[in-house]
Formats: sequence, structure tokens, C-alpha cells
Amino acid sequence: MNDLLTHWRKFKREPYAVWLGFALIGAALVLLPFVTDAALGRSWVRILDHTLLYIMLALGLNIVVGFAGLLDLGYIAFFAVGAYLYALLASPHFGLHLPFWTLLPLGALVACMFGVLLGAPTLRLRGDYLAIVTLGFGEIIRIFLNNLNAPVNITNGPQGVNMIDPIMLGEFSLSRTHQFLGITFSSVHNYYYLFLALALLIIFISIRLENSRIGRAWVAVREDEVAAQAMGINTRNVKLLAFAMGASFGGVSGGLFAGFQGFVSPESFHLTESIMILCMVVLGGMGHIPGVILGAVLLSILPEALRYIGPLEEALFGRVIVDPSDLRLLLLGLAMVLIMLLRPAGLWPSPVRRREFASHD
Amino acid sequence: MRLSGRFSFGLAAATLILSGCQETSSLPKVGEQLVKIGHAAPLTGTQAHIGKDNENGVRLAIEEANAAGIVIGGQKIRFQLLSEDDQADPKNGTIVAHKLADAEINGMIGHLNSGTTIPASRVYHDAGIPQISPSATNPKYTQQGFKSAFRTMANDVQQGRLLGQFVTGHLAAKRIAIIDDRTAYGQGLADEFEKSVKANGGVIVAREFTTDKSTDFRAILTAIKGKQPDVLFFGGMDPQGGPLMRQVRSLGITARFLGGDGVYTPEFIKLAGSAAEGAYSSLPGVPLEKMPSGIAFRDKYRTKYSREIQLYAPFCYDAVNIMIEAMRRADSVKPEKYLPELAKTDHHGVTARIMFDEKGDLKDGAITFYQVRNGKWEVTETLSSMPTASVPTAATPVADEQS
Amino acid sequence: MDIFLQQIINGLVLGSIYALVALGYTMVYGILGLINFAHGEVVMIGAMVALAAIHALTGTPLPGPVIVLMGLLIAIPACMLLGYGIERVAYRPLRNAPRLAPLITAIGVSIVLQNLAMIIWGRQYIAFPPLLPNDAYVIAGASITLLQIFIFLLAMAIMAGLIFLVKKTRLGRAMRATAQNPEVAGLMGVNVNSVISATFIIGSALAAVAGLMVGAYYGLAHYYMGFLLGLKAFSAAVLGGIGNLGGAMLGGLLLGVIESLGAGYIGPLTGGVLGSHYQDVFAFFVLILVLVFRPSGLLGERTTERA
Repeated sequence: MNDLLTHWRKFKREPYAVWLGFALIGAALVLLPFVTDAALGRSWVRILDHTLLYIMLALGLNIVVGFAGLLDLGYIAFFAVGAYLYALLASPHFGLHLPFWTLLPLGALVACMFGVLLGAPTLRLRGDYLAIVTLGFGEIIRIFLNNLNAPVNITNGPQGVNMIDPIMLGEFSLSRTHQFLGITFSSVHNYYYLFLALALLIIFISIRLENSRIGRAWVAVREDEVAAQAMGINTRNVKLLAFAMGASFGGVSGGLFAGFQGFVSPESFHLTESIMILCMVVLGGMGHIPGVILGAVLLSILPEALRYIGPLEEALFGRVIVDPSDLRLLLLGLAMVLIMLLRPAGLWPSPVRRREFASHD
Repeated sequence: MRLSGRFSFGLAAATLILSGCQETSSLPKVGEQLVKIGHAAPLTGTQAHIGKDNENGVRLAIEEANAAGIVIGGQKIRFQLLSEDDQADPKNGTIVAHKLADAEINGMIGHLNSGTTIPASRVYHDAGIPQISPSATNPKYTQQGFKSAFRTMANDVQQGRLLGQFVTGHLAAKRIAIIDDRTAYGQGLADEFEKSVKANGGVIVAREFTTDKSTDFRAILTAIKGKQPDVLFFGGMDPQGGPLMRQVRSLGITARFLGGDGVYTPEFIKLAGSAAEGAYSSLPGVPLEKMPSGIAFRDKYRTKYSREIQLYAPFCYDAVNIMIEAMRRADSVKPEKYLPELAKTDHHGVTARIMFDEKGDLKDGAITFYQVRNGKWEVTETLSSMPTASVPTAATPVADEQS
Repeated sequence: MDIFLQQIINGLVLGSIYALVALGYTMVYGILGLINFAHGEVVMIGAMVALAAIHALTGTPLPGPVIVLMGLLIAIPACMLLGYGIERVAYRPLRNAPRLAPLITAIGVSIVLQNLAMIIWGRQYIAFPPLLPNDAYVIAGASITLLQIFIFLLAMAIMAGLIFLVKKTRLGRAMRATAQNPEVAGLMGVNVNSVISATFIIGSALAAVAGLMVGAYYGLAHYYMGFLLGLKAFSAAVLGGIGNLGGAMLGGLLLGVIESLGAGYIGPLTGGVLGSHYQDVFAFFVLILVLVFRPSGLLGERTTERA
């Protein structure tokens, strides 16, 4: 057994094995929507699409909370900014129909600006004071979105913006069903591949950032701000950069959400969403990219999977005993408590953090 | 782990105690055809009580249809209810819509809120599934050009216009204050009401706002008090309407109170207590007692769920029956077959005689006004949404509905 | 002027409820450095239990205020037990875990409590029976009810009692010692675990009182009521300087008054461009402004803790 393990460890480090691993993962990701569609139905492909959006959001928040250690409870605001920017510039609301290729970077840029806007006044704040200010910021953005329909109608208020243009890659509309080599790609499949590509890009950027000069500066600020300053790190710029980078991921994700959904309204950007994304980051393993991805996948899939309690009860007991809608969120809450109790550092914490944690006792 | 063991035991115990929601197995018997009816509403959160009420209305209609043993296309039909919680959130609304579309439902009743109904309607339309919303009132829902979208409730424009006429006419009010809860429903209705009041010569003396999660309204009410309105209109739901009403009276505001369909609930009276006395509300359709099957529906609902109808259950009940009728006329449960028949509906339901216009809105939707008298909602007047005719309750044409 | 006075009264009563809930946050924070996110739900459970008891007793020949008192006497131990249980199950095992881990269990516990309450008490709003006198007095053009006066005075009395407890009693000294440094306090013979339990129990008792107050004042209780109230109270605690009892009182009252004045005067002040729908924006704006100039809240001390 031990022998096998050492062999496996050796094998793991071989370059061809690494590439083989990548190829396998890649193939699995490409095939995933078709397997899901066949096995579980198309609604699950849509859940996969949403999961990819949440992965992008969780990775964005991970930069702020996980890398730089700044507790942000208003992160959904950047998602909202991205979504509304796309909605307003590509819908009949203003009669504007800008192409996707302009909107995506624009969304990232504007969200970035909002990130700095939030970061600037909060630089002196620490911990929970920062948490409450970011929470306030998130709510302020949502309230403005909800109310800016008078005196000048900008956001269309609580009614939301409808009939948003679907994402078009040139002439290729993602909301249509396409035939390729005899395979049918429906709308949710098309969006899956776009979201997957962008999620991979964001994962790649996150990994590169983590091991860069900036990434190390973030960790230094997280661990001890005063010491970081003494080492010559410009903590102000480093923190602002964390907010800006994190926000831009949120903005991209928001734009994709608007195009995918075709409808945005302020109800989608409540505080509870910010809290849920924070839970993804912490539950998965703060600061550890694979962990954060795992957290995002788990907390996007679990609430949907729990919708099947009804059929499950029926299969077990022959009839529905407890109303499944009563139990769904209860079980979600229980799962969150249990996971945290059993794995306090997250499901998949970074090796460094795990060591730190172990040395605490 | 000790804790989880104990907890799961507790859950199992709770399961046994709480076995109130019995459902017989939905598997069809031999020789039966299964027809799935989808339903979605917020079953958790602040509007959960209204969402559950919707589901109850749908379930009642489906169980009746099953008991009646309906035969369509030569086969005995067994209807099955697939109900989902959309949490009143647009994103969840579309996820749920896709899940139901995947389950190949034959028809959809829902959603409850306009905010979820509108984005979800696209999903049902693309899947070719006929959809009847029992309670989404935002005009946009039927303005998208989807042939599959209907509703059994008057939209905000129809209701807002009559609310304005009622205030300036029946209540002879001049100075009007408006509060809305900044939801798609509350704001939409309040805006249409404001337009109608102005068109009928009323003056808006104050326009204040709250949220659908608030409980304290004293600050905005104090501001309104200074403007001395004759009538205070609230666009929102009962969880806010009830406490609002209470605070209106405790601050010594004497203006009459009017709300939309969102406050026409027993809950409103319960929450407002004695302050509810004299409050007005509107509800699309004619009173249940005016319809031949209305009272019977109310009694059946009480017997089955041992509680009062909250709000939209009758509209859900009608929606299901309209759908089943269309299937019978088309002699098919296939969406593409019965959809044209759905558009031709002329149904004597429990809420009104229901016909759809070319967009899927109610044709000539009547609106009934109610007032709280001795702790109960009593009918005041029924107005027709046809611009000219204002039909007093007594003269509501009941006779032709018995045919 | 009478409108202004009325708004101040509105704000002070609302603020005293915020303050009472904020105390629960601030006590726990002061000792453990932990945001007890589930505290709002404890308030909710307090209101629900009290109302259930009151509903069971209505109809008996007891006078209204006695019934309400009985409801309170049943809700307080229930909440104490709950607070103790939450600490034992969700926080104590994580005392040495990363800082944000207990935050997640707190959120999980909140979700569980909300949904349990939904299963037990249903989705309906539960109305508070009219047991308390609700006569309004008019003072200088502003109306104030007996209940409002009572809520305000009771909140003040409880806070005074709490400050006495913390500053003057043995338990209070142990609490302050634990807040300063739990390890050293332990060496000095303080049973740190029981002090922390006591803190949760006291905070939860206050939550029960606050829950009943909210129920009586607004006339309703609902399984979802704790979330927003908890959030506002937490903001109030931060505004005053979290961890500081006086700060929680000040922050609570101030937040109440800010909200009231905001809702009442934003419209006239901005010439009608912004209306009362921006009252929360106004409140958060003031909060942010205060924190920018006083990063540790109004009465908070400079802290060096990290995120």
C-alpha cells in the first residue's frame, strides 16, 4: 500500500503525468454538460452555468478575503454593477445594443472603479468595522439600483430591466440552439462553454496572482499590516488593488449573468447573496484556490440537490412525510454547521494554512 | 458524531409528528395517463404564507380533477402537482422554471411574484409550455409577445386605474398620500394609481417609500401626517400593511386607508388589530359569494386545510381549471394542442368569468372593493375595467353565469 | 416642530430596541471577538416563544399585563438555554479555529433556527393580542403611547443593570478579565468557559426581552424577523464601538434617531430628489462617515486585531 503511494507521488510529479491529468480534467469538463444533460436533465446544465458564475464570484471575493484578509460583506454589489451595466447598455431600455466584446471589459473596468471607490474610505478600518462598512456599501448600491427610476429613469427601479440582449460572439448567438458535427448545442450548453472559458481564465489569473509579488504582498498585509508596512510594502495601494481586482471578477461575472438571464432586477443582489459567497470562500478553504472552487461548487449544487428531498422521501417511505420545502434550507444550514465543525479550516485548506492551524494547538 | 446522531433522531421524531402533509403516491395506475402540472411560488421567506396559499389552491383543483376521473384523448388522466420554491428571487425563478421544463410538465401555474414570473416566462415559452400566473400583475409579463403567457388576475394598469377612480369617486377624496414598498408589485401598482388619481382630479400630497422587510413606518407616517391627506394608499403586501395600519392610527392620522390586493387578507386584519376597522382594499374579480362555485370553493378550502384562504388561492384554483378545460376541449394534454384552446377560454370560475384578450390578460377584468367591518372584509363595490361601466355590486350579473 | 419632536420620539423608541439587541452582539464580541450572527434569531425565538405562551394564556381571567409578563418569564429561560446551546455546539469547538470559521457556523445556525421556527410556528405572521394599554398621550403636538414610554424606560433600566453587573460584581470582573486575556484570566482562577457561557446566557435573556418588545410594539412576530433586526443592531453596535456596552446603547439610540430623521427629512432637504426610500442609504452613509473619522466607532478603543 505504502509502496503504491510512493509510486503515485513520484508519478504525480512526472511532466507527462501532469499533462495527462490536465487532459483528463479538460475532457471531463468538456463532456460534463452532455453527461449531466443525459443523466439529470437540462435544468442541471443551467445549474452548472450558475455554478461557474459563482466560482468566478468566489474567486473574486477570495482575493479580498482570502489573500488580503479584508472581510467584505458587500461583494455582491460588484456583481450587481456588472449585471446592470450590461443590462442598460444592451437592452431596449435605452435602445443601446453594444456588443459583448465591449461590454465585458467595460464591466470589469467599471466594477474595478467601484472597488476602488469602496476601498478608499475604508483603508484605515480593520476586521469587523470593515465588514459593516462593506455591508453598507453593498446595500447602498442595491438601494440606488432599486430607486433610480425617478426623477430620471436610469435603472427602471424595482421593475428591473427585461429583454436584455443574449450574448453574441460575432454572429453566433449563445441563446440559440446550434448544430455542430451532428451534435446539438442548446443555449445552456453554449453558455456553459463560454462561462467555463472565462472561469478558467479567472482561475489562471488567480493562480498567477497568488504567486506574484502582489500576491505575497497581500499575504503580508493579511498576516501583519504593520510588519508589512515596515518591510516597505505600500499597504494602501496593495489593499486598493485587492478591492479592484476582486471587484473586476465580480463585474465580469455580473455581465455574463445579465446576458444569460435576460432579466435583471435588484432582488438578485441582496445581502444574503454576499453572505452566501463569503460562505463559499470560507467553507471551501480561504485563500486556497482549489478549496474556494470546491466551496462554490458545493454551495451552488447543494441547495438545488436538496430540492429532491420530496422524491427521496417518496422513495424511502412511499409518500411525502415532511413538506420538502420546509426541510431544504434547514438541511443546508445543518450542513454548513457540520462542515465547519468537522473541518474548521475549510474543506480543502491550503497546506500552509493547515500547518499554521495545526501549530495553534 | 454524537451530536449529529441525536439530531437525526430528533428529525426523525419531528418527521413522525409533522406528517400533516400527506400525499398519496403519485404513480399512475395501469391505464392512466400522467399529466404534470407545475407550480412555483416563494415557500420560504417573508411571503411564504402567501406562496403556500397559492400551492394549496392549485392542489385543491388537482385533487378534485383526479377525483372526478377526467378522460382526455380516450385515456383516464391522473394529474400530478410538481411544486417548487422560487424564494421570490428571479435567479431561483429561472432555475426552477428549467427544472419544471425538464420534468416535461404539461402546463405551469405560477409564479406568484412579477419579478420571478417575467424571467421564467421566457423559459416556459421556449419550452412551449403554457403558463398561467395567478397573481403576477406587472403589465410587462404579457407584453413580451409570448403566446404561452396568461394570467387570471387583472394587471397593475387595470387595477391602478380603478383604484384611482374609486378614491376620487366613491370616497370623494382630494388629497391623497401614497406609500409603496419598492417591490416590482408595490411600485408598479402605486405608479398606476398615482396616474389615475391625477387623471381624475386628485392631488398627491405625499409620496413616501418603505421596503418589503420593514416593520417600522412611524417616520414616514409622521411626515405624511403633516400633509393632512384624506386617503392614504399603500402599495404592498399584508406583512407591512398590517403594522402600517396600526401605526397610522396610533399616530393619530385619521385619513382613510386603501390598499391593493396585497392587503386583502385575513392576516392584514389580524396584524392591524382594531386599527383595521374601516380600511379598504381591492381585489380583482367579483366576490366569491357572487359566483356560483365561489362559496363551495371557500368551504372546501377551509375543510381541507383548516384555515382561511389567504389571498390568491382562488385565482390558482381557477387557473388550474382553465387549463384542464382547455385540455378537454382540445381532447389532448399536449401543450401545442391545447394552447390554442387556452386562448379561447371562457370560464366561469370562482373569481370571475374569465376570458383572455389577445395578449393573455383578462378581458374586462372586474375589480371588487372591500372594507373591514367588524373584523371582516366586506364587499363595498365592484367596478368593471371597461372604461364606462361602473357596476354596483347588487347588479353584478350573476344570472348568466349559471347557464 | 411637533413633527421634529415626533420623529425624535419615534427614533428613540426604535433605537432602544436596537440598543437592547446590540448589547447581545457587543457582549459576545467583547469577550470572544466574535460576531454572533445568530443573535438576531435568538431574538426571533424569544418573540415566538413569548407569543406562543401568551396565546395559550389569552382567554384566562388573568389581566393583560400579567399574561405578557408570564410570556416573558417563559421566553427568557428558553432563550438562555438556546444561547447556551448555540455557544456549546457552534462556537466552543471552534474557539481556536480560523477567525471566520465561527462566522460560518453562526450563519448556518441562523438558517437552521429560521427554518425550525418556520416548521414549528408556520409561515404565517403571528399577531400580538391587544393585551397592553395603547393609549396615546399628546405632548407638544407629538403623540406618545404608554407602551413606547415603557419600552424606552425598560431598555434604559436593563442597560443600567447590565453596566452595574459588569463593573461591580464578581462575575463582571471575571468577564472583563476574560475579555482582556482569556489565558491569564484562566491562570488567575477564572473559569473561562463558564464566564463565556454566562455571557451568552445573559445576552440571550436580553434578546428574549427585546423579542417580546418588538412583538408587542409592532404587533407581530414572524420566523424571518430576526435577520434584519440583527443586522441593524449589529450596525448599531459597530457604530458605538463594538465590545463597549455604553457604545452599544449610544449606537442603538443614535441609529434609531438617524433612521427616523433620515426618513422624515431627506425629501425636503434634497428638494424632493431623494425620498424616504433612501433612509437606509442615509443611515449607512452616517455610519461610514463616523467610521472614517473614528475607525473604532464612537466609544470604541483602538484595537489591533486583524481580519
